[in-house]
Amino acid sequence: MLARTLLIVTLGLFGMSSLLAAEFEKLLIIKNHRFEPAEIKVPANQRIKLVVHNQDSTPEEFDSPKLSREKLVPANSKITIFIGPLKPGRYEFLGEYNVKTATGVVIAE
Amino acid sequence: MFATALIVFRETLEAALFIGIIAASTRGLFRRTHWLSIGVIAGCFGAVGVALTIERISTLGEGLGQDFLNIGIISIALLMLTWHCVWVSTHSQETIQTAKKLANTAKNGLSSLWALSIAVALAVLREGAEIVVFISGFTSGSAQSVATMLIGVVIGLLCGVVCGLLIYAGLSKIRTQHFFAVTNVWVLIMAGALAAHLAKALTQSGLVQRWADPLWDTSSILSIDSPLGTLFRALLGYDASPSGLQVLFYMGTIIFISCAAQQVKRLAQKS
Repeated sequence: MLARTLLIVTLGLFGMSSLLAAEFEKLLIIKNHRFEPAEIKVPANQRIKLVVHNQDSTPEEFDSPKLSREKLVPANSKITIFIGPLKPGRYEFLGEYNVKTATGVVIAE
Repeated sequence: MFATALIVFRETLEAALFIGIIAASTRGLFRRTHWLSIGVIAGCFGAVGVALTIERISTLGEGLGQDFLNIGIISIALLMLTWHCVWVSTHSQETIQTAKKLANTAKNGLSSLWALSIAVALAVLREGAEIVVFISGFTSGSAQSVATMLIGVVIGLLCGVVCGLLIYAGLSKIRTQHFFAVTNVWVLIMAGALAAHLAKALTQSGLVQRWADPLWDTSSILSIDSPLGTLFRALLGYDASPSGLQVLFYMGTIIFISCAAQQVKRLAQKS
């Protein structure tokens, strides 16, 4: 019974995440410890699915106090971060493991 | 080396302070050190396990695997803290009286130390996994750079542990009659902080979309990146711009646990 409930809940979670996939999507690449593009323009007041693809052989941590987001991006992996809806403005983010080079900004307009 | 130490310190700090507060609040309990040590060791193993499989975990659920794992971990830890807070409320008489009597209640199997042991393990797992991922990712350079980095890791870890010991020593200085009142309230606050983390994880994963807007922004007064901000975050669950959901979870948890504890205490007194 417990196993079945867990299965249903898990399937529900995955189902919901795939439903959300239809939203505004942006790809952010990490290469040579830099974000590409370093400036992402997104529409304001809308939820955005940010797909972060780390092409380096080292891990990175996407960190942005302004966006209130923090997530590991393992080497050679793709992860998803939902941000927004954002008010118009600049939202800086950085790669915590390479703060000197890995910096970027989300511009909501 | 300094950058490495800082990253490791930040991750260690939160878990170390959490353990320091938990250890203080359970002072004198029978086999407390034993239970908390099991928690720390299990957490370390868990951290390595998660770090080794982080790539697979991350790609699950269309890149949301980490968030789901995080939500699961925080939920269980929150449940354990809730259980402990309620248990403590029904045993406050004993806790204030003598440590010896506490030893007896613990021997009788009434202790909630097992729950705290799980909460500690999960805290170590959560922060530790990030440290292990970080270390393992950057040890492919020259022997010298690896050695420098490892020194940084050790310094970061030690500084974090020292902070945990400091909070423990500080709390231990409180006079006996106020001691458990202070530590119990602090554990309650830690539960609120965990609930706020849960709210953040739910929003980040996209599972909950309501009340995601920040209610206020105090980052100009106390930035979450500053040393003091980091400390406040670890000790009180401070967030410079918390979402409505975070505030709701934080306050809701503290109110819920307080009410549940009162209710259970009343029932215990009747019977």
